[in-house]
Amino acid sequence: MLVNEIINARDLPVMEFDGIIVGGGGAGMRASLQLAESGLNTAVISKVFPTRSHTVSAQGGITCAIQSDDPDDDWRWHMFDTVKGSDYIGDQEAIEYMCSEGPKAVFELEHMGLPFSRTEEGRIYQRPFGGQSKDYGKGGQATRTCAAADRTGHSLLHTLYQANLKAGTNFLNEWFAVDLVLNTDDAVVGVIAFKIETGEIYYIKSKATVLATGGAGRIYSSTTNALINSGDGIGMALRAGMPVQDIEMWQFHPTGIHGAGTLVTEGCRGEGGYLLNKDGERFMERYAPNAKDLASRDVVARSMALEILEGRGCGPNADHIFLRLDHLGPEVVHKRLPGITELSKTFAGVDPAVQPIPVVPTCHYMMGGIPTNINGQVISVDNGEDKVVEGLFAAGEVACVSVHGGNRLGGNSLLDLVVFGRAAGLFIEESMKQGVDMKNASYDDIDKALTRLNKLNASTEGEQVAVLKNKMQQNMQNNFGVFRRGDLMEKGIEELAQTRGEVDSMFLKDKSATFNTARIEALEMQNLFEVAEATAITANERKESRGAHARDDHPERDDDNWLKHSIYYSETKEVSKRDVNYRPKTVQAFQPMVRSY
Amino acid sequence: MSAAAIPVEQIKTITMSIYRFDPTLDKKPYMQDLVIAIPTDKDIMVLDALHLAKEQEPSLSYRRSCREGVCGSDGMNINGKNGLACVTPLSEVLKRGKITLRPMPGLPVVRDLIVDMKQFFDQLEKVKPYLITKSDNPDIERMQTPEDREELDGLYECILCGCCSTSCPSFWWNPDKFLGPAALLQSWRFIADTRDEATEERLDDLEDAFSLYRCHGIMNCVSVCPKGLNPTEAISNIRNKLLTREKN
Repeated sequence: MLVNEIINARDLPVMEFDGIIVGGGGAGMRASLQLAESGLNTAVISKVFPTRSHTVSAQGGITCAIQSDDPDDDWRWHMFDTVKGSDYIGDQEAIEYMCSEGPKAVFELEHMGLPFSRTEEGRIYQRPFGGQSKDYGKGGQATRTCAAADRTGHSLLHTLYQANLKAGTNFLNEWFAVDLVLNTDDAVVGVIAFKIETGEIYYIKSKATVLATGGAGRIYSSTTNALINSGDGIGMALRAGMPVQDIEMWQFHPTGIHGAGTLVTEGCRGEGGYLLNKDGERFMERYAPNAKDLASRDVVARSMALEILEGRGCGPNADHIFLRLDHLGPEVVHKRLPGITELSKTFAGVDPAVQPIPVVPTCHYMMGGIPTNINGQVISVDNGEDKVVEGLFAAGEVACVSVHGGNRLGGNSLLDLVVFGRAAGLFIEESMKQGVDMKNASYDDIDKALTRLNKLNASTEGEQVAVLKNKMQQNMQNNFGVFRRGDLMEKGIEELAQTRGEVDSMFLKDKSATFNTARIEALEMQNLFEVAEATAITANERKESRGAHARDDHPERDDDNWLKHSIYYSETKEVSKRDVNYRPKTVQAFQPMVRSY
Repeated sequence: MSAAAIPVEQIKTITMSIYRFDPTLDKKPYMQDLVIAIPTDKDIMVLDALHLAKEQEPSLSYRRSCREGVCGSDGMNINGKNGLACVTPLSEVLKRGKITLRPMPGLPVVRDLIVDMKQFFDQLEKVKPYLITKSDNPDIERMQTPEDREELDGLYECILCGCCSTSCPSFWWNPDKFLGPAALLQSWRFIADTRDEATEERLDDLEDAFSLYRCHGIMNCVSVCPKGLNPTEAISNIRNKLLTREKN
C-alpha cells in the first residue's frame, strides 16, 4: 500500500509494537532508551534521521544543580528560579521533580559518553545562565548550566542516538506520522505512518504512543527553529480532540542573528558578553539592575525590542542590537564558544573575538503544549476535571508538563526533555510490567486518521503550500510577536479564519510516492496552522501580561483572574482555565511575588 | 525567504542546474536548468536558493533541517565538490551566474538530490559508536581532566552529513568493506576517550585488510568536511595505535 493512493483501512498493513515514540530528538530518544533497555519492543518513528532533530541546535547547556561549580548548590534554588522564571504558572510538582531528578539524569548522560567540558577537578563544567540565583534569589548569580562547549545539544543528541544503537532500539528513520488512531473508548492505539523513501504506509499499532515531536517555531517568519519544527504532535493531538495548554506562551530568544535567525547562545552572556545599543550603552543595566544581561529571556527580549522601537537600535536601519564578546579575549571566545564563532562568521560575517554580533529577539521556544502529568501521560480536561488519556504520552517541547509556565529559563529545555523523556519511559516500563493489553481500533477509527492524507491525495486544485505558509508566518510575526495588542490580534485571528479553508484543501501537485517532500511540507503546513490558530486565539483570550506574553493593552499581571493555565480545544476554538499546581511534595510552594531581576 | 518578498529592483537571476531523478517517473536521470530570481542586496546560501527553486518547481527534492550547518541533512555535490548547502554562500560557488547541484557521489540516488545513506550508517554502526565501559558507574560523573577532554575536540563535532565518505574513492570502490572516513573518525573518537574501556576490542575489529587500511591518505575527506574536521589524522592515529600494539 502506497501513500499516494486513496487508502482504505481494510487494505492497510499493520505493524505492532509495545511502545512507539514519534520523534527522534532528545525527549524521544531518552524515552526509547528506557523502553529498549527494559526489553520492550520499541520503535522510534522519526521524520528525519535522529541526529538531524532540532535538539542538535541547542548550544549553551543543560541547567542542573550537580554541585560541580558550587558544592553548596541546591536543586531547591533551581526550583525557585524556575518557578519565578515561569512567572508563577509553572506546575510546582513538575518543577520539583525536574530539579530534584535532574542530577541523576545528567550523570546518566555523562555515563553514556556525553563529552561535557570539564573543570580542573575533572568534573562537568558549568556556566552562568539567565535567571539563575543562589539561595532563593538572595545569594547573587548562580553557575548552574552544564555544558559541552557551545554544542551541548549536539553532544546530547548524538550521545542518546549512540546509546539507543547500543540498546538495540528499532528506528523507523525518515518515516512520517500522519495522525493518531483513537478508538471509540477514547484510547490512543497507535498512529498512521509512512516511509518517506518508498511511500509504504502502515497502521502502527501500540500499547503506548509517546509524542516527542518538538516545537513549532516555524509558525513565525523569524525563528531560531529548524525547518522541520512544524508542531506535528500538536496538530495530531488537536485533531484527535486533545487540548493544548498555555500555547500562547512563545519565547523570543534575545539573541538570534539579525537577518538569519540562527541562535546565539545565552552562554555568550553567561561567559561575560553583554548587549549594546547604538550609543554603545549597556542598556540592560537600566532594565534589570541586578541581573543585567542575565535577566530572564522574556525580560531581555522586551528590553531589546523597546530599545529598537525607541530608535536606539544599531545599524543603518536601527533594527538590531549588538552582542559584544571581544573583551573576553580570543582564548575564551574560541574555546568556550567555538560554534558561535563559526555561526557568526557564516551568518553575520563577523568574528566575535573582534567585532560585536548583530542580534534581534527571535522566536525560539514553545512553552505551551499538550498537557501531561509528571509521568508523561496526556491529560484532557473534562468539565474542569483532569482525565488521563489512555495510551498517549508526550514529552519534551511538544508537552506542557508544565515546567516552563510563561517563560522558560535557558538550559531548562534540555533538562526537561531528558528528565521527562526518562519519566515517561520509566512509567511505561512499569505499567507494562503490570500488564497492559493491546487495544484494538475498528476500520472506522483507522479511516478517520487517514482522512487528511486521502484528501490531499485527491486534491486537483487549491492553493500552494508555500503561499499559505508565508501568509501565516507574516501574520504571526506581525500580530503575535514580542508585544501584543488586542486589536491587532483580532485582525490576525480573522485572517487565520479566512485561510483555514484553504489550508484544509491545499493542492498537492506532486503525487509521487518516492521521497516526496512536497507531500511532507503540505502535511506539516496543516500542523503548523493548528498551532498558529491555537496560539492566536489563546493569546487574545489571556487578557494580562505574564512571562513571554506581553500585552500593550493589558500591561499588568492579573493574578486574580489569570494565575491559571489556558486550555484550548480546536473543535470548539474555546479557551478555558486550569489550575496551576502549587503542591510540591517535599518543599513548601513558592507563592507569586513581583518578578524583578 | 520567499520569492515574493524580494523587491523588484533588487533582483538578479541565476541558473541552477540540478540533477533530477524520480525513479517512479523517469527512465533515467537528467539535469534540469531552473532560472531563479535572487536578491542583489545580500548574499544567500545555496539552501536558500534551493528553496526559491522549489517554490518554482515543488517536486524538487532535497533534505534539510537546521539550516545552520549542525544537523548534517543537506550534504550535496556543489559544482563538483561536496558540501552543506545551508552554509555555502551562493557568492562563493556561483560561476558566470550558474551553479550545478548533484547528489553526493557513490551512494544510490533515491530521488533528485537525496541519496540512500544506508551503506554509510551501516559502516558507522560497525565501529560501535558508543561509549563502552566495564567498570561500575560512579554516583556522579566519571572524572576526566580538561586535557583528556581536549583529545575529543575535532572528533565529537561530526554531524554525520556524509560529505567525507562520499568524496572518498576508497569508499566508492568498497563501501561495504572500507568503513570510510566518517566511521573511522568516530572509531577514534571513542578510542581517544579516556572513559572508554574497549580500546583493544575496537582495535581488533579494525585489523583486516579493508576496514581501515583501504585509506590511502588522499585527504579528500579533510578538504570537504564542512566542520573542518580531519578524518585522515584520526585514521593515522588508529594506525599508529595498531602498530605500537603489535610491537608490544
